[in-house]
Amino acid sequence: MLHDQYVTVHNSQAFDCDESLLPDLERFRQAVLEAVAKGGRIAALSARPVNDGDSRIVAVVAFDAEGVLQVFSSPVAGEYPAIAADCPQAHWFERDLWEQRGIVPLGHPWLKPIRFSHACSRGEAADDPSPATCGVTDFFSMSGEEVHEVAVGPVHAGIIEPGHFRFQCQGESVYHLEISLGYQHRGIERAMLGGPAVRTIHYVETASGDTSIGHAMAYCRGVESLSGTHVSPRAQVIRGIALELERVANHVGDLGALAGDVGYLPTMSYCGRIRGDVLNMTAVLCGNRFGRGLVRPGGVAFDLDDEAVRQLTRRLKSAAKDTRVAVDLLWESPSVMARFDRTGALSPELCNEIGLVGPAARACGVPRDVRRDFPFGIFRFAQIPVSTWDSGDVFGRAYVRWLEIQRSLAFIQEQLDALPPGQILSPVGALAPNRFSVALTEGWRGEICHVLSTGPDGKFDWYKIFDPSFHNWFGLAMALRNQQISDFPLCNKSFNLSYCGHDL
Amino acid sequence: MLKAIKARLQQGYRTTSYPDGPPPELPRHFAGLPVIDSSKCLPACRQCIPACPTQALDIDTRTRQVSLDTGRCLFCRECQRVCPAGAIQFSRDFRLASSSRERLVVTDSSPLPAVELDGAIVRLLGRSLKLRQVSAGGCNACEADTNVLGTVGWDLGRFGIQFVASPRHADGLLITGPVTENTRLALEKTYQAVPSPKIVIAVGACAISGGPYLDHPEAHNGAASLVPVDVYVPGCPPHPLTILHALLATIGRLPRGL
Repeated sequence: MLHDQYVTVHNSQAFDCDESLLPDLERFRQAVLEAVAKGGRIAALSARPVNDGDSRIVAVVAFDAEGVLQVFSSPVAGEYPAIAADCPQAHWFERDLWEQRGIVPLGHPWLKPIRFSHACSRGEAADDPSPATCGVTDFFSMSGEEVHEVAVGPVHAGIIEPGHFRFQCQGESVYHLEISLGYQHRGIERAMLGGPAVRTIHYVETASGDTSIGHAMAYCRGVESLSGTHVSPRAQVIRGIALELERVANHVGDLGALAGDVGYLPTMSYCGRIRGDVLNMTAVLCGNRFGRGLVRPGGVAFDLDDEAVRQLTRRLKSAAKDTRVAVDLLWESPSVMARFDRTGALSPELCNEIGLVGPAARACGVPRDVRRDFPFGIFRFAQIPVSTWDSGDVFGRAYVRWLEIQRSLAFIQEQLDALPPGQILSPVGALAPNRFSVALTEGWRGEICHVLSTGPDGKFDWYKIFDPSFHNWFGLAMALRNQQISDFPLCNKSFNLSYCGHDL
Repeated sequence: MLKAIKARLQQGYRTTSYPDGPPPELPRHFAGLPVIDSSKCLPACRQCIPACPTQALDIDTRTRQVSLDTGRCLFCRECQRVCPAGAIQFSRDFRLASSSRERLVVTDSSPLPAVELDGAIVRLLGRSLKLRQVSAGGCNACEADTNVLGTVGWDLGRFGIQFVASPRHADGLLITGPVTENTRLALEKTYQAVPSPKIVIAVGACAISGGPYLDHPEAHNGAASLVPVDVYVPGCPPHPLTILHALLATIGRLPRGL
């Protein structure tokens, strides 16, 4: 008689692939449901291919308060009873699992592709015999008097990534929004297999281009855990500075874009420009405004000299002042606040039920932040207080960003003032074979989760990337319920999710 | 209201004077147009070739001439790092765009890339260029650094260049991304909806060659496999200055010699 087994690990702590194995699917399902009932949150759920075309279903449940991850797995073949039927958080994961591995979660409430990844004209070996055209699928629909449907995308009005939005409305009011993605699907997870290779770092840096640092850090921490690499304090600090610069740049840009969506042009103009200034600070680190080329396994590829520190200090100061002046205008303008207040509100209960992450969760009063809950790198030594608000609406999501901008700017300055000496790049050895690791970082949108494992040859035999957008797109759909359809752009911008990070 | 005016004064005037004045300062580690000196290459050395993530480099077996295709290059500088002889250097020249795919390939003696469009189309679009942007796969960084040209720091509108919502209002497309199979139909329909004559500008390594997704079955190795491309803008992503330079060159608004 086998007994229940699972693994409890910390952020990016490697373990043997077989340690987490449960005897059967029913035990697996019960274990995951129990973990969630005890306050766990599904950070990853997917199926890992093992020998001879078999699969193992794997779940990573994050306990934010305890700072530990529980990893469960079980052999799976063909089908299994859906977890989503009892646990809404699992809904999107199980669609991904079904689409990628062809394993059917029986009783799943809405089983359909999330990426349409078999729709490749030049593709080989599509699992699905009937490849579906991206976005051509069943949608929830309503009928009745004054009921109408609005379809938006994939090509949008601005310079925006492609996605399809289907609204079921009565008059101006949205009953339901269904979001259909996959247009940006370019096969990153598939191409990661067999790595690390010369292109691997570029895949993670472009998984979501505005989060190059966040994803590169998650990848590097995964690789470092599997190779037992020690990263120097100086490199940890430079990574931390880059991660927070990425956060500030995007948050400032979002506040400007939110101002633009309610027609308040002063803040839109100022923040649009300041965002560029912050991106230019990242370019001071490595030459690239998105931080490409900076974070590498073993540390960072560029050092900071005194001149760069002086330059960054000077620029930080003026960016902090300009941002304060620009953003304060928002909170003092009744025309802005009237649009932000109580628009697209989510409750903390719903936030937990569907497993939101990042500023969207913190704006619901849920203090969830990988930097504090699962501290990594420099955040084990220097804490940034978690910023929350309790309204769950557009205002909350905007205000949390503003709080985070201020705290991140202060953090960056502190780190620049006390840069530890030492080297910046440690040599990275071969990856240990048959090992498994889960690496979490807090990107500016929220939790980035990379799940990786190696085969007997020490190469990736499985690589899963969960961008925060993977968790939060459904939150946007829920936020639109009973809202005016004209508030969609505003709600959408208040989440500002990644299409490419979802589609991969 | 008074506070808004005060804030306006505090923020000041921030639009770059380029191209009439000097371009904004580029960061110290900026990687621009590569410069190649094949005469420095060590005999039989090919270390740069496997270091390149996108097969952008080639060494002619007969002439020993190194060539670097900036249309594929991610500007990661791994080739420069592994080269024991310093034969490949990345300069600070941000002017990377070309109307010829072949001229994106840099060798010891290659001419500088240049945008040379037909005079008739420049006369037609030179004073008002409306573009529809199509994001066709990729990572959203090229989109972000195209979008930034609309901010007050760059103020693209002062050149008569504008991004419009409808392809029917557009004079052409600005395409980013490798063109995933999932965006192919949307791109083709959008292209057809733009009235002729029209131009197509491909921005970023993905849109030119597939970029890091080169030869992925899920994507099409760039826009040119589906629509005719007039201007190529290399980079991963290109710096906003590189994109602005390309757009100004497209409409013939660059002062002589820039």
